[in-house]
This record gives sequence, structure tokens and C-alpha cells, in this order.
Amino acid sequence: MKVVVDLTRCQGYAQCAFAAPDVFTIQGDEALLYDPAPDDAQREKIVRAAAACPVQAIALERYDRFGREEVRRPHQPPEAVAHAAAVSPEEAFKRNGRIVIVGASLAGLQAGRTLRRDGFTGSLTVIGDEPYPPYDRPPLSKQVLIGQASARATALPRRDEIDAHWRLGVPATGLDLRGKHVLLADGQTVGFDRLLIATGLRARPWPNEAEARLDGMFTVRTPDDVEGLRQALTAGPGRVLVIGAGFTGCEVASACRELDLAVTVVDRGPAPLTGALGAVIGGVAAEMMRGHGVDLRCGVQVAALEGDGDGRLRRARLSDGSTLDVDVAVAALGSIRNVEWLEGSGLAAGVWGVGCDAGCRAFDLNGVVTDDVFVAGDVARSPHPVYGYQFLALEHWGNAVAQAEIAAHNMISAQSERWPHLALPEFWSTQFGTEIKSVGVPTYADHVVIAQGSVVERRFVAVYGYRGRITAAVAFNQAKWLEFYERLIDRAAPFPPSFRTVDEPADRRPVAAEVPDGPTPQATVVVTGHRPSERRATLVRKTYL
Amino acid sequence: MSQDSVWEQILDYSSRADPFPLYAELRRTPVVRAQDGSYVVSTFQEIVALLGDPRLSSDPHNLPGYDAEAPAQASGEGPPGLPPSVIFIDPPEHDRIRRLLTRNFGPPHRPGRIDGMIPDLLEIVTSLIDDFAGKDRSGTRRVDIVDDFAYPFPVTVICRLLGVPREDEPRFHAWSEALIEAGDPTTGEFAERQRRRSTANADIGQYFARLLDARGEPGDDLLSGLVSGDGPEAPMPLKEVLANAALLLVAGHETTVNLIANGMLTLLRHPEVLDRLRRGDEPDLAVRVVEELLRYEPPVQFLENRFTLDDIEVAGTIIPRGSRVNLVLAAGSRDPADVPDPDRFDPDREHNEHLGFGGGIHYCFGAPLARPEAQIALTELARRLENPRLVADPPRYRPNPVLRGPRHLLVEFDGISPTRPASKRPTTLG
Repeated sequence: MKVVVDLTRCQGYAQCAFAAPDVFTIQGDEALLYDPAPDDAQREKIVRAAAACPVQAIALERYDRFGREEVRRPHQPPEAVAHAAAVSPEEAFKRNGRIVIVGASLAGLQAGRTLRRDGFTGSLTVIGDEPYPPYDRPPLSKQVLIGQASARATALPRRDEIDAHWRLGVPATGLDLRGKHVLLADGQTVGFDRLLIATGLRARPWPNEAEARLDGMFTVRTPDDVEGLRQALTAGPGRVLVIGAGFTGCEVASACRELDLAVTVVDRGPAPLTGALGAVIGGVAAEMMRGHGVDLRCGVQVAALEGDGDGRLRRARLSDGSTLDVDVAVAALGSIRNVEWLEGSGLAAGVWGVGCDAGCRAFDLNGVVTDDVFVAGDVARSPHPVYGYQFLALEHWGNAVAQAEIAAHNMISAQSERWPHLALPEFWSTQFGTEIKSVGVPTYADHVVIAQGSVVERRFVAVYGYRGRITAAVAFNQAKWLEFYERLIDRAAPFPPSFRTVDEPADRRPVAAEVPDGPTPQATVVVTGHRPSERRATLVRKTYL
Repeated sequence: MSQDSVWEQILDYSSRADPFPLYAELRRTPVVRAQDGSYVVSTFQEIVALLGDPRLSSDPHNLPGYDAEAPAQASGEGPPGLPPSVIFIDPPEHDRIRRLLTRNFGPPHRPGRIDGMIPDLLEIVTSLIDDFAGKDRSGTRRVDIVDDFAYPFPVTVICRLLGVPREDEPRFHAWSEALIEAGDPTTGEFAERQRRRSTANADIGQYFARLLDARGEPGDDLLSGLVSGDGPEAPMPLKEVLANAALLLVAGHETTVNLIANGMLTLLRHPEVLDRLRRGDEPDLAVRVVEELLRYEPPVQFLENRFTLDDIEVAGTIIPRGSRVNLVLAAGSRDPADVPDPDRFDPDREHNEHLGFGGGIHYCFGAPLARPEAQIALTELARRLENPRLVADPPRYRPNPVLRGPRHLLVEFDGISPTRPASKRPTTLG
């Protein structure tokens, strides 16, 4: 059977791990790992685990009362209504429209489920470049790397519910807005009335192509990537090199230590996780990594990777002149947004993603909002009122789910019933037996303060502030407090916090947050994702009096 | 005030059988100030927020004028009092104690402990129900679900878990009663009740101290694990072991008894659900029934030990620093603003996010045990009691408004079905 846990909701109560200990396991205080495709023999315990979750964060395949897997009847388009005149255009679209989702992803599946749940009975096509049905990515860099689950086992549950025409393994290569169809790599076209773009990201490859081809070089994004890396790790390499200490790099390093492999992490920044959490909390993560035996080298870059005569990776030369003998290297350099297929479409698609409004409607290059094209997930950029209406692109699991749901709702709703996507960004990472959770935008900060707990014990809540208001909070193994800080961010509560709490640290003085790029002082509505000075918008028609 | 407020009416014994209409009235004002100066919060969202609010302490020493100077003595001779148990302290101490307790109870160090007890639970339940057949009183087949089942079952379980001789139950029963009464707000003012609570705790602690003294090699039970355990923070200091052992012993059965008794009462009032449970062709039904009971008829109606460390605004009302706050879990779980059709007992709910076990860092420690206890108990009662019916509805309730449940639950039945052969029993509950 299939299991997926919404770890954005999970607060580490561990009730699932009591009820089904062979499927759900706890690392450290509250970090949850689980088998996404457990044996059917575990079903009864898993059902108990899901029911016991205090925040109802566990989703399974649907079962009917008698424990049989529920098979949803395919949606049949209703027969033509005799009195068509009585039906509003929105209602007619809901019954007989054509929706195409590009991206067979978490966001794509969630959108499909929402469309069907809310009564869309028309035709639904899901296009995906990968040959796999939608799968869950977070376990790949965690459970899968340590061997608790197989790379092929993270398929998401309930995908049959959406009764879609799946076009898997065929990338979309173009979008014709005028003709309202998507072009596919195999030359076919798929027409739509409304389109959802959910093409997400791909891993940024190692920039030197010859070096990237060395046997032993990996990126971490897809099941294939992780399957290969898992095999390489199982072979017992002498040392693993992780290039880049973002969340993916840190999680890979954590898995290596779990497997008792020597690992070196190299990052050009001052500390791990600096890009997401700033260098202050990054420094805490650095201590944590070193405490777990990671050879962490910050402020250093990999200058070159060298192979042997058989093209096998053997050595890395670093910018500080040192060399490392390594058999396996993981390029964890962040990601590239999958927007190339939109080039020439006229949409505001650029390196930062596809610009859209708070209702997930795509902007065109000139900043004019479209009617029939929606965007959701990692590839979407939308303005956020809490962060000066900056266009934020969020590479978070929870955002993919929430935004897809709102996009889907809006696709089949009349104008007055559309919802805005305003949820605060949230994400988590499980590494070194620690659950790191974040709410808000930690890099939208000038100062940070430890509000609760102990950094030395790595059980704490850090609160970030910008110009005297709270903008983010990050918890290490203290997830149960985070919703409180989420409400403070929503209310623009004053920073630094001055209220008394339990478990106050002795020193509650804020320090400079040391985030990489400070927030833009004025709201900049840059729909194309290019700098204002580049001015990509074009004047298409002069107006005359 | 000439007339008692809604909250005082709820505390009054006359509303024990059905406080829910009064809870509905209470929810119309999400925050009210009680006659004793404490605040009462009754709506779902507000309770959830406060359960996770770090400005709310569980340590009564944050109450101005709280008499912390009189250390509790055991009522007899013996060692001086014990430290407060884990439910009356804050982090970081709370977290340390809870980690140490968890280390001997569940994941990550003892992940299979509770799951491994399930065959034991079924065995205890089976033998208690087998005994019903011998309880033929006054010519008709009749059983008191409380005294003959819902009380002895969890007591036996908690004794096994802690490593306490079952035959000692009469000895700690009186202390347990005293502790429960100290938690009853109708029996006195908070600080005075806390002193009684500490005394009763110290009495039980003394019992545990003698028990540990008398024991030889540590066993595999939870107490032994605490005393001799490994890990960076172990072992737990003896006084903390005694204080928390007392808590687990009492909480481990005084709450589950209500969950089971309230559960059987609710099932008898909803015969269609009882029938479904009896038929046994829905493998997940018991699980859903118990979750719904935790929402609909929770064994703990409210929490009374929360104290504001700062002014806290709740639903437009400022609760000033230094106040005591009551969180009415039972009212919150029936808040129509968050739960559709809340007064309907409906085990088929899609999404059941109830407050039955509280929430936040003090989430019920025993929840992972109470759930399978209730699932097994209710399943077996439903399957084996033939044509069960209530003798009195409503039954007579225990006085306590917090740990609310029937004092007796007399049920008549036509016979006892034999238990299923072990080979036909699925792994656990089915």
C-alpha cells in the first residue's frame, strides 16, 4: 500500500510510530521517517497509526468500511443537458471543459484531486516528462538513501481518483496560447480550455560537462538519481564528497553518516543552510554536522574533479589548494526551473519561474494577467503580502500542495469565488536525527534571536525579524511551538519578541541575521523574473488621442 | 451574581450526566472569567492555539501567591515530599523528564513496546468477560461494566507495564481516589487542592520507594528502566521516578476507565454502531469508534493547570499575566465552527482532529496505550455480550467534572458468546 505523511503538518507526536513501529520510525526527539510503500500485511496497524495522528497528517489509499481498496468510478461526462441555456458558462465548463495539467508532480496530482473533488467532470490530461506517475520527493534524500525504502516506492497514493488521461514520459516542448494547445516532444498537440503549469524544477548539474559525466558523479532529484546514488553508497566508497550545503546536500551527508561513510561537505558560503536560514542558524547546523562526524569545509569551492583512465571519479581539487580522494560526489547545487518549454509563449516565464497573481493566474510578459493559464508549485512565483508583495517562488512540499489546491479551485470557479494563495511558506528537513522546521521567510530578515530553548542542545526556536516585525521562525526539534510563531508572523507582531515564555534562554538579544541577500527595500513587481533594469516588457501598441 | 454562571453550572453535579448543552452555551463566549478568578476557554481554535502557546505555563508556581513553601509530606511517616510530576512542570525540565519516560515506553528506543502488549491486552479482556458469566445476580444476567471491567482492565495493564504487583491494588486505590478528588475543582480552591495532590502523590511515591527497595534485579518493566536506564540523561533521579510513577499509575487507569465506560454507554445508545462492531466485518471500525469517542465523550473534560506568563489575547479578551486558565477540551471538540455536525456520534467522519488527548508538549503520555486498550475492550464487549441493554440511562456518574464518567454502568445481557479461537484472530484487534 501507499503512505504519505504531510510533514509540514506533522509535529512529532510519534503516535504513528507507537501504532505501526515497522512502518513509522522516530529519529532523535521528533524526526519522523516512514516507509512510503509498506507491505499490505501492515495495513491494519497503519490504519491505526493514521487515525491516531493528532494533526491528521497521514494519507493512505482510500478504503471502504470493509477494508477493501476503494475503486472510484471513472467520471463520465454527464449527458448533454437539454436546457443548455440554463447553465452558466462556469457550470458548463465544469461539466464539459478540457483541462490540461503540465507536470505529473505532487502539485499536478493535488490539483487533479481538487478539480474532481470540487465537481469538475470534464476531460483532464496530465502531461509529465518523467516516465513515472506522481511520486513524493522528500523521502528520496532521507529514507531511500539509508535503505528504509526503495527509490521506486515513493509513488503518491490516490492517483487513480482523478480519472485523468496520463501522458507520461513525453515532455511538453511548447505552448501556443493563441491556439490553446500544448506541444509535446513527440510532435503531438494537446488542446485545452484551461491549463495548469506545474513543471517544477530539476537539479542543477555540475557545470563542467566532462566532469559531470564521470562515473561516481550524482545529482539528487529523481528516483533514478537516487537509485544510482544508493547503489554507489552501498558499494562502500572510501569517501563521499557533497558539493553544496543546502538542505539536499546536508540530508545526503546525514544519510552518509547514518551509513557510517566518510563524507566531506564543501560549500562556498560561510555555513551550511545559509541560503535558507542565514549564517547564524547555519552555524548551529555546522556544529551539528561536525558533531556527527562530517568533514565540513565552508568558504571553499571545488575547483576540479578528476577521474581515472576508466572515467571513474577519483579526486577533487578544492579552491584552497587541497585535494580529496573521493569515489562518489554529489552535486547539490540547487535547482533550475523548468520553464524552457514556455519560451516564446508570451508568458512571464524566466529563470525565477513563471509569474502569477495571488490567484495563481499566469502573467504575460507585459504583466497582463491571463484568464485560462494557471501556475502552481515550485515553478510558480507569486506576490506575498507579508513580504512586501515580492514575487516569491517557493520550493516547498507544503506550498506545492496548497498552491495546487487553490489554482485548481480557481480554475473552475467564478471570479467572485476565487481564493488567494496567501499561506505562509513552511518547510522542513530531517537530518542528523534532528527535525528542522521553518515558517515564514527566514531570509527576509535583518536580525534573529533565540526565543526558546537551547542552541547547545539543538532544541530551540529562532525568531527572525525585519524592520521591527517578526517575519520567520525556525525550530530545531521544537516543532510543537511553531504554529504560535506562525500566527505572530501573520499579525506582523513586533520584533524582537518581548513576551515571557517557558524555556526562555538566558540571553535573548537579537543578532544580525547574516542572510545572503537582504530583502528588496521596496516592493518590486518583476513579473518576468529579471531585474528591473533589464526591462523585458515590450510596448505592443501605441495609443493615440 | 444571583444565579450561577454557565461554568459553575457545568461544575455542579446536577449536570454531570449531560454537560454538552451547557458547553454549547459556554462556547458563545470563548473566554469567560470564573468565580474563582480563573479563566475558561471553550472554543476549538482558541484551545488549540493555547495548547501550543509558550506564554502558557503548566507550573502552578507561576500563580501569584501560590504557596510553594510547604513541601508536601506523605500523610504517614517517611521521606519528605516529591518533586512535581511531568504534567506540572515546563521545559526544559519537562522535556527532559518526558524524554526519559518515553525512552522506556516507546520510540525511538522502545518502538515496539506498546504494539507488543496487544496480545496481553486481549488476554486480560477475554478473561474479564469470561468472568461475566459467573456474575449472575438477582436472577438476571447483569454486569457492572465499570467495576467488573473498565476499572480492573487498565489497572492490570498499568501494573504490568510499571512492574507493580496487581494484588497491591487495594493499597494504592485509596491514594488514587485522594489524588482524583484533589483534581476535582468542586472540592476546594486550587492551591489547597494542589497540596492535597502532593500529599497523595507522596504517599504513592512512598509505596513505590518500598516496592523498589524490596525488588532484586531490575526487570523489563518501565520502572526498572527508569531506575537503571541508559542514555545520556539517564538514570532518572529516584525522586523524579517516584513522582512520575505515581502519576502514570493513577493517570493510567483513572482515565481509561472513563473512556471504556463512556464508550460502552455511547454504543448502547447507538445500537446501529454497536451492531456493526459486533458483526466484525469492518476491520477499521473499532479504531474509528475510539477516535470519535475521544471527541464526543472524552475521558478528560478539561485541563485546569495552565498559567499565563504574560498577558495573552484570546478571541479579543486579554487574559492577564498570572492567571489560571481552564481549557475545556470536551467543549472544543464539539465546536460547530470547526467540527461539522458536532453533536452527532459518527465514527465514519473523514477528518477527526479532536482534543481528546490535549495537544502540544503535554499531549497525553498514555495515549498510545489507551487507544488499543479501548479498541480491544469495546470490540470484545460488542462481540461477546449477547443482546446487551442499559439498566439505567443515564447511569449514576462519578462526582468529578474533570474525569467524567459513570460510577456504575449496569448492563443486562442474555449470554456471553465464546471468544474466537486464537487462530481466527487477526494480529491485533480485528
